[in-house]
Amino acid sequence: MTVVFEKTKGLTDVQTHYCPGCTHGIVHRLVGEALEELGVLDKAIGVAPVGCAVLAYNYFNCDMHEAAHGRAPAVATGIKRVRPENFVFTYQGDGDLASIGTAEIVHVAHRGEKISTIFINNAIYGMTGGQMAPTTLIGQKATTAPLGRDEAHSGKPIKMSELLATIDGAKFVERVTVTTPGHVRKAKKAIKECFKLQIEGKGFGIVEVLSTCPTNWGLTPEESLRWLEENMIPYYPLGSFKRPKEDD
Amino acid sequence: MAKARGRVIFEEDLCKGCGLCVSVCPTKIISLDNSTINAKGYHPAIVIEMDKCIGCANCAMMCPDVVITVERY
Repeated sequence: MTVVFEKTKGLTDVQTHYCPGCTHGIVHRLVGEALEELGVLDKAIGVAPVGCAVLAYNYFNCDMHEAAHGRAPAVATGIKRVRPENFVFTYQGDGDLASIGTAEIVHVAHRGEKISTIFINNAIYGMTGGQMAPTTLIGQKATTAPLGRDEAHSGKPIKMSELLATIDGAKFVERVTVTTPGHVRKAKKAIKECFKLQIEGKGFGIVEVLSTCPTNWGLTPEESLRWLEENMIPYYPLGSFKRPKEDD
Repeated sequence: MAKARGRVIFEEDLCKGCGLCVSVCPTKIISLDNSTINAKGYHPAIVIEMDKCIGCANCAMMCPDVVITVERY
């Protein structure tokens, strides 16, 4: 008999506060597994965002820091510059990274800071109760867009991966999802590659993970996965947007 | 060739009953136990016909709360 799957040492035994079926839990696990498998758990420092993942510092089994809303990349910059031997990552949602923290993430990429970012895009503000986010799809209902997002009023949803891929300092940009076991495995591969980039000192890397918010979408966890596949993936195409070039 | 056999162990009191494991099990042996309420107040996921488990770990891949351990033999 062999154990083919057990809980990673990269996560603590604290039970998460996430709603049932929230894919934050899956991504937490992938990050914990990647840190453990790459052997950087002992020297990893994570920066938690504001949003649903604000309590992530309780769940990752490494040193963690909390940042003001959207400022995780700035805090991570400071940590990495003072302690370049440590592995530094941020874990941010779409309200944090794509709205209030847009300046920080753009400039951390622009400066080519040697940190890694995990970006959770669930097209809504989760923690505060389902308000419209910059990533909310056209027509998608939110508490601040009860008739659905109107393009004439709010513009189109922002595509952060495409945006960041245009910046020279960003060396690794990939969008993945976690709607099926196959996608979960691909997401883990992307997160590990992104983390390896930092270990090799090559520059900034980001993995955008399309995620669900069953509570605020008003769907069951399983329906949420299907809704994501049918509505989000056509607008936010999966795939690699940038890999380091040979001379990087 | 011998059929791959497996066993899954659920930490039932940590399960939030989201049902993602139920939806991805290829042998359809996982169900939510509507006759039980666990320590967190949810109907936990259970497996009744464990001999049909093939140890694919699909359930563990999708479990947001990492309550599943998978063995294969």
